Amino acid sequence: MAGKKIATRESYGNALKELGEKYQDLVVLDADLAGATKTSTFQKAFPDRHIDCGIAEGNMMGIAAGIATTGKVPFASTFAMFAAGRAFEQIRNSIGYPHLNVKIGATHAGISVGEDGATHQCNEDIALMRVIPGMTVICPADDVEAKAAVEAAYLHDGPVYLRFGRLAVPVINDEESYHFEIGKGITLKEGKDVTLVATGLCVSEALEAALMLEKEGIDAEVINIHTIKPIDEELLVASAGKTGKVVTIEEHSVLGGLGGAVSEVLGTKCPVPTLRIGIEDTFGESGPAAELIKKYGIDAESICRKVKEFV
Amino acid sequence: MNKEMLQKTANQIRKDIVTAVYSAKSGHPGGSLSAADVMTYLYFEEMNVDPKNPDKADRDRFVLSKGHNAPALYSCLAEKGYFPVEDLKTLRHTGSYLQGHPDMKHIPGVDMTSGSLGQGISAAVGMALSAKLFNEDYRVFTLLGDGEIQEGQVWEAAMFAGAKKLDNLIVIVDNNGLQIDGKIDDVCSPYPIIDKFAAFNFKVIAVEDGNDFDQLDKAFNEARLTDGQPVAIVMKTVKGKGVSFMEDQAGWHGKAPNDDEYKQAMEELEKAGEA
Repeated sequence: MAGKKIATRESYGNALKELGEKYQDLVVLDADLAGATKTSTFQKAFPDRHIDCGIAEGNMMGIAAGIATTGKVPFASTFAMFAAGRAFEQIRNSIGYPHLNVKIGATHAGISVGEDGATHQCNEDIALMRVIPGMTVICPADDVEAKAAVEAAYLHDGPVYLRFGRLAVPVINDEESYHFEIGKGITLKEGKDVTLVATGLCVSEALEAALMLEKEGIDAEVINIHTIKPIDEELLVASAGKTGKVVTIEEHSVLGGLGGAVSEVLGTKCPVPTLRIGIEDTFGESGPAAELIKKYGIDAESICRKVKEFV
Repeated sequence: MNKEMLQKTANQIRKDIVTAVYSAKSGHPGGSLSAADVMTYLYFEEMNVDPKNPDKADRDRFVLSKGHNAPALYSCLAEKGYFPVEDLKTLRHTGSYLQGHPDMKHIPGVDMTSGSLGQGISAAVGMALSAKLFNEDYRVFTLLGDGEIQEGQVWEAAMFAGAKKLDNLIVIVDNNGLQIDGKIDDVCSPYPIIDKFAAFNFKVIAVEDGNDFDQLDKAFNEARLTDGQPVAIVMKTVKGKGVSFMEDQAGWHGKAPNDDEYKQAMEELEKAGEA
């Protein structure tokens, strides 16, 4: 397992194919990005249940809503930018308000899109999706978690936003022992000096940072929050109460995402000093994903340095 | 239902619309009245629906893409027996299930939540697609405003429906010629509407008078026979139809009558009902 890297968009395509076998009412929609979102994996196996809507994301979300009213389960896929961004109002009014059973598979989220640059790097989607009443927002950390999340989303009755990445990321969970439950955070490492709360590809960076911090004499607790809404308040409050300091880490704007969600909880239930690490209030740029992750300060070394300054 | 019965029903629905909007002290009477006849035709003649079993799987679907015509939809549903006619007076009141725009979660018979223009047609396309994917034979009707078709999403949906040959989809355009800011051709003309839908591979049926049941009957019978492509019924109507001072007035798009206006409107409709 060690050293293995898989992009969560790959996991998404593979999971859809497996679930397509199991569930005959599952339908996949795409908007001319099937090769990139990896719904093409499903398409090859089930061509009749894969519908390419063309480059028209707003319409695709409405079609998904219409399909959901007939009792079938649509997964609508495109890049995060065009799902949460372009189609925000369609998701809000045609899916969220009637609480329809639509799953939104958003790939290419965050700065790790890389070379395509700022127009395609969506650092705002968690913020946009989590303000919609009744929307579940999930951002898996690796292949194992992503595949489990897709099935959990299928089994959940109601709209779900799934956030996947383009970049291959380390597999940190063990498929045999891993258990996914919507809304339940996972403590990956116990510690007493500070709590690192991470989501998505930042979970593996946070784990690596925790090892570096240990060498510096700082005992960090690491929590993986794969479900940003509904968030695991109990786990966050307990850990913050224990360590007294919280750092949130995400490949998303520091405004309104995981950091926002965690701050909202702790601000009222367990106020402690909090540092939000993520994309500062700025747009991204072109470049190889690994370089951007460093440049924008969400790699393990940057996290380690910022946490040291904070504690 | 024969023509006379349809006319009587439509007249009752017009009274319900005016009463509901009057009780709400706000709402959209103009477009509700222009569409009252076609919606009466759909619910009392054309569609396979059952008010005792509003969610039955094989029913025909109706999506009010021009969601602000909620008073017309609710009046049809109430007169059809989905819920008490008396409840129409609670339209837009705090705590009422009759929301300002259609809410499928709380109103029996409403197949899709709508109100944000351009979105309903996409949902209707999704329903029609689902029927095709899973070999079900219900049909899907959706009603759009002629101002609404200025929304780009309408043409995304039309392109998809034409490309996928969804012949179980019937799009109806209520061409009353007016929108909030004035005449549609002064605001931002969507004409030629017929040519546009034809260009998106629809079978287009033009109706000269969409407030005439004979013409509606002919159009929907033709739609039923259409194979291999979606249908667009583009019908000329009169906004505010049936209430003299509301007819063809953009100002009555979204305004409630005052006491005197309500009295006059109801007198006119009573008289029309006796004729």
